[in-house]
Amino acid sequence: MKYVLMFAADPAAQASVDPQKAKDVYAAVYRWFGENSASITDSGAELLGPDTATTVRSGGVVVDGPFSEAKEVIGGFSVIDVPDLDAALGLARSWPMLELPGVSVEVRPMVVDYSQFE
Amino acid sequence: MNSAAIDDRLAGLLREQSGRLVMRLSRTFGDFALAEDAVQAAVVEALVAWRRDGLPPNPTGWLTVAARRNALDALRRTSRLSALPDGFSPVVGPVEHTFGDATDDRIALLFACCHPALALEARIALTLRAVTGLTTAQVARAFLVNEATLAQRIVRAKRKIVTAGIALEVPEPHARPARLADVRTVIYACYNEAYVSTTGTHDRVLGADALWLAELIAHAFPDDPENWGLAALLATQHARSASRFSPAGDLVPLRDQDRSRWDAALLARGRDHLDRAAALRSPGPLQLQAAIAAVHGEATSFGQTDWAQIVRLYDLLGIIDASPIVRLNGAVALAEYLPDQTKLALARLDQLAPALSAYHPYHAARAELLRRLGRPDEAEQADRTALALTTNDAERRLLRSRLRRHPMDED
Repeated sequence: MKYVLMFAADPAAQASVDPQKAKDVYAAVYRWFGENSASITDSGAELLGPDTATTVRSGGVVVDGPFSEAKEVIGGFSVIDVPDLDAALGLARSWPMLELPGVSVEVRPMVVDYSQFE
Repeated sequence: MNSAAIDDRLAGLLREQSGRLVMRLSRTFGDFALAEDAVQAAVVEALVAWRRDGLPPNPTGWLTVAARRNALDALRRTSRLSALPDGFSPVVGPVEHTFGDATDDRIALLFACCHPALALEARIALTLRAVTGLTTAQVARAFLVNEATLAQRIVRAKRKIVTAGIALEVPEPHARPARLADVRTVIYACYNEAYVSTTGTHDRVLGADALWLAELIAHAFPDDPENWGLAALLATQHARSASRFSPAGDLVPLRDQDRSRWDAALLARGRDHLDRAAALRSPGPLQLQAAIAAVHGEATSFGQTDWAQIVRLYDLLGIIDASPIVRLNGAVALAEYLPDQTKLALARLDQLAPALSAYHPYHAARAELLRRLGRPDEAEQADRTALALTTNDAERRLLRSRLRRHPMDED
């Protein structure tokens, strides 16, 4: 099954992280992509911060900022293909950034069968 | 047979067959949600027909035929029969699982229904319905929730199992201990809810279902001592169920229970389970709770209770699980063990105020200790606070009768 892992973080909590620690975790993230390449169908993208976001709302209204006012902001995403939810959760659990405060990973199944919308 | 005996027999049959049937039909039709609905409808039909006409010669066959017919009807109704070849893709294990000497794939279903990706209340409802064959109405009555709301919750949980890819499979060995703990959480919660809401007025005894589930996983995974701990705890608690309510449906406190009505065979079963746990030599919180329940079970009267042992067990439990509720019960046990330490016990309770101020048993326990210390005004106030926090009818009646009995009578 295909899932999207959405990597989120709370920027306020991130600010307190020791720079060396952050560096180590980033190195671990690179290793994570290498080690799990068999399950990752699309490594996706890392996003710039929410202060760079612009949102277009219904009716075409353009506003400054991300679409949600939540504390956590999405920092990137990847597409994985694994047998079931437990495997997806296992991969999410091994995401190195989870060592840092305020980080979370949302796991969402991807729509692959469009016949349900016909 | 009287109607309670018939209900027990039906419950036993449905418990044994429902989960198996859900799994078999999930495989046949490749659709878990459809299969579960079909079995649920068959269970509802069976309860009506069997109560009216008596048991058929082959109840299992009857249920299977009814459930298959319901599944086919549903497929025809949604005209998905033609789309079947591509339409189905649930993650259902291909083979039945073997545990010990029994082949049993209800375990796989149980793991899926208790998956932590589902909300706890949905896990409880779905487990009781899909695995133990309760009807939605029975679950709704047991948990005092609206039936339509509950049905919606179950539909959503089943949809998530299919769309999010929760496998109807037994987890890999490395993931099993954590997932078994999740299963135990659900079974424990089933029992807990049943424990306060069972008034003996409905046709299915939830405590028996929870015990059955606990024994199912204990026999399937006999090397996990906490499985036996849970089975022991539930057997021991359930053994006392007949004495926990008066004929009028009022809650009877442990102190006042008629111990001759405790089920000796169930108490013995609880002890056997506890022995199996102890043989694995790895204590855990459920085993300690079971041991505490067993000490109560062995006492021939409230006064004969081995409080020293209970206090020791609470101390051990507190090391593994320092939760406020464990500390509350430990302090209450201390006051029973050493009445001259009631003041210390109360001081320990007072420390728990920030954590337990919304937990009615905390205030009820405080009231009891205050009363023993000759502080009736404060005791009454604590009882009132408890009453205001209680939603369960039987518990409200118990607290009210206590308020009536003690209006300043210690003055």
